[in-house]
Amino acid sequence: MTQQGVCWTADQVLALAPDSASRTAGRRLGTAGPWSETGSSVEGTVWGLCKGSGTTAYRTVVDLADASAPAFRCSCPSRKAPCKHALGLLLLWSAGDRAVPRGEAPEWAEQWSAERRTRTERRRGPDDAGARRGAADPEAARRRAERRAERVTAGAAELEQRLTDLLRGGLASAERSGHGLWEETAARMVDAQAPGLASRVRELGALPGTGPGWPVRLLEECALLHLLGRGWLRRELLPEGLAATVRSRVGLPAPADGPPVRDRWLVLAQYDTTDGRLTTRRVWLYGTDSGRTALLLSYGAAGRAPELALPVGLALDAELSGYPGAGQPRVALGERFAAPAPTPVRPAGTTTARALAGYGEALRDDPWLDSVPVTLGRVIPAPDGDGWQLADADQDTALPLTPAARSRPGLWRLVALSGGAPVRVFGECGHQGFTPLAAWPEGPGEAVPLC
Amino acid sequence: MSRTTTAVDASLPATWEELVTTALLGTDRRTPAGSAPGPDAPSALLDAAAVETVRRRAGLRPARSAERPRPAPDDSRPPLPPAAARRLAMLLADRPGASGGGRRGTAPDLMELLPQWLAAANARGFAAPPAELPALLDAARGRTDLRPAALRFAGPRALWLARLNPDWRFALRSTPGGGASVPGPHDTEGIRRLWQEGLFAERVALLTAVRSRDPAAGRDLLAATWATERAEDRLMFLDSLRAGLRPDDEPFLEGALADRSRNVRATAAELLSALPGSALAGRMAVRAGACVAVDRTRDVPEIVVEAPHECDAGMERDGVLAKAPAGRGERSWWLGQLVEAAPLGSWSRRLGGRTPQQIVALPVADDWQGELHAAWCRAAVRQRDAAWSRALLGEPSAPEAGGPGAVSLAERAKLLGTLDAAERAEWVAGFIETHGLSEAFQLLGVCATPWAAPLGRAVVDALNIARDAGSYPWSFSGVMGLAERCLDPSEAGRLDALLAIPDEPENASPGAGGYWSEAFQRLVTTLRLRAAMLRELAPATS
Repeated sequence: MTQQGVCWTADQVLALAPDSASRTAGRRLGTAGPWSETGSSVEGTVWGLCKGSGTTAYRTVVDLADASAPAFRCSCPSRKAPCKHALGLLLLWSAGDRAVPRGEAPEWAEQWSAERRTRTERRRGPDDAGARRGAADPEAARRRAERRAERVTAGAAELEQRLTDLLRGGLASAERSGHGLWEETAARMVDAQAPGLASRVRELGALPGTGPGWPVRLLEECALLHLLGRGWLRRELLPEGLAATVRSRVGLPAPADGPPVRDRWLVLAQYDTTDGRLTTRRVWLYGTDSGRTALLLSYGAAGRAPELALPVGLALDAELSGYPGAGQPRVALGERFAAPAPTPVRPAGTTTARALAGYGEALRDDPWLDSVPVTLGRVIPAPDGDGWQLADADQDTALPLTPAARSRPGLWRLVALSGGAPVRVFGECGHQGFTPLAAWPEGPGEAVPLC
Repeated sequence: MSRTTTAVDASLPATWEELVTTALLGTDRRTPAGSAPGPDAPSALLDAAAVETVRRRAGLRPARSAERPRPAPDDSRPPLPPAAARRLAMLLADRPGASGGGRRGTAPDLMELLPQWLAAANARGFAAPPAELPALLDAARGRTDLRPAALRFAGPRALWLARLNPDWRFALRSTPGGGASVPGPHDTEGIRRLWQEGLFAERVALLTAVRSRDPAAGRDLLAATWATERAEDRLMFLDSLRAGLRPDDEPFLEGALADRSRNVRATAAELLSALPGSALAGRMAVRAGACVAVDRTRDVPEIVVEAPHECDAGMERDGVLAKAPAGRGERSWWLGQLVEAAPLGSWSRRLGGRTPQQIVALPVADDWQGELHAAWCRAAVRQRDAAWSRALLGEPSAPEAGGPGAVSLAERAKLLGTLDAAERAEWVAGFIETHGLSEAFQLLGVCATPWAAPLGRAVVDALNIARDAGSYPWSFSGVMGLAERCLDPSEAGRLDALLAIPDEPENASPGAGGYWSEAFQRLVTTLRLRAAMLRELAPATS
């Protein structure tokens, strides 16, 4: 069960699956039946032969040397990564029922992982060289950036025009004009190379269909979009932190250039959202020494899982560096010094009142923030009419759960974990309410993922 | 954004409402407060709305807390070992419907292992991990057969949870009293009140609980209110005496023989006949004995039967049903009931000191054998008489054991239930060796799990023979499924030789060899998994 001091659970393995079909198929293969010649090495390579419908068994290898970026190779024809065989093999390995003994990797497995590791080393080299080359021609880079900024400016101006047209005619007409108008506007923003504006516009188009109170929500989002457009047009006048936030909200990529912070980062939660084209994976981390909460984003095209997968509940000894922008939780993963390992540390908890105050303060740096990461110290989930809330155990105050959180199975895991007693809950807290993502019982016990 | 400062200054609590109204109507129809009409009005409105939006969000305060649920009752059982907890999560994640359907291939059906897992966890007294309770309740919701074990394992917190979610209301129904506990043995007042005022289900649960602690006290409870109970309730209460029936229940049951309700009378008589020392059993022995005798005038002794000519009032009072069902002769109907209710021990005296074996072996004149042996079978099951069961079962290798004989397979299965587990397994193993698997399914169902070694070996050998004969494995899928659940995991090693794809004999069904290899692989995988499962649930030894 323990390899390199790492203990993967079935949940952690299944979190790697690109879609639910692979998850199911992997689970079915996660038993000794179809497998032969399985094994795992001290370096973190797991291998095995899986009998499929054909005559030759598939050769499956997984390289877990870097547990935050596992690599997969399988001779099956599936184009999913990881394929069901790799998932099945890892499940078998994680179950630890001696089906995957420790051993010497066979040549076919060893060759691949050795080649892969050299390749990774080599790739790290040229990347640095590329960065240097870019820096060597600052004039060309500046010209490129200027051209793009001009496009975004044109897009922002057009968007501003559309918003004022809308307000001149009245939001009541927005319900009638439907999705088409917004889809077209979003496409214009994509052309203007402002993906941040494009996705906000697309969300705007869905608001008139969201039931009672939609005019309020639509006005809020229109106003914030207007604020963002105006912010971009006048970015020279903004303080540097806010200007960087505006740039990143508009969708201009900036490298994570913050100073690297080394800590033992506890993985609090990992969840995916998808808009049909792109899967976005959010991983929340908590620095067990620094007390800082950070967000890692990773993306995958439709049908492919984002590459980054971190085991919830384990801590990672690594360096993170922040993206520019005031109050930004987003970071990039730098050097990792050891594989993830268990830790008894939990994030410090706060009250519902302080959680909301924290959200309010964060809006100062980034008025477009929907939520901030928060750990509530002692709260009790309580039913509240049609919804649920998290009530402070020691005060008379509470936070409602977001509508989305109410309909997720994680809610019932949280209620069951609490049993009417206080629990510690990590989640996202904002103007729509609280979305629980992980929880701990009051006594000893591991983190329970809720997403 | 210089304009926003003035908007902030001008803001009133009503500002936001005003902004929303203006936005809905449009600035062409209504000029926003604090700005001039004209081309800049929409922009001014958006500026003001942006300030208000951020302001509203930044100024959010927590809500008043609603009424909190009462804390769940404590669960004092020890928590699962970590590996077992992970296994449970995996078994629960493999829901039906999650599968792609079609052929099962070599992967085991994890959901099928859940009942065993639950039984083992319950036997070892572990508590369920709270976070898994929702999945456990969902699983129990979909499968009623799983409910008793799942709810027992889920414990008090699951009932607490079920009160909060209508999807799980079944849990409250399935647990008598919705989890309200039966009063303790010394709470005589509580017991009396619940018995007098409780709902029917609560009263049945109470009677069962009291009777399991103190049979006499349970009977006294019942006797106290017997005369005032409704007929269908009397029947149900009487039926609850079946478990742990004792000789001192006889007077009460004798009284019930005079009950107004015919069904109550019949049940009382049936229970009395299961007490071989009872007066009723004695009366039945006399009546049955008068109908059956050995004719010694022939060269080979033979049983002769003279069925009763009438069903008199005494017989009726002792529970004999006078009216025969359609298609049955009255006299044979009465005979069957008399023999069924007579103590088996009386036959040896009546039939010349013979043993049950010798009696069963006697020829029976005039085609009465079927009727007589069937009645003895029912008596052996009711009186749980192993010697008679053994005699009636006969040799497992006898030709009539597999085919239509005096004793059907269903009756044999019931007779096997009266034997101890080892003898049962040995008999079924012998049966399979002679008659193969196609008839054995029913008999395997009554064998204790895990199967004893000789039985397991007989099943595996028979499967192997079926494979060599070239038939398809799904003709045996019932037995295969049972084997996955019941074969001793330590037998897995013996199956290794069967995993290879065999050369197909000439008359074999096409592709059968491959399917067999797959089926055996699944069997081995499942056995290994079961072994791992049970190991994980074992108490830590180090």
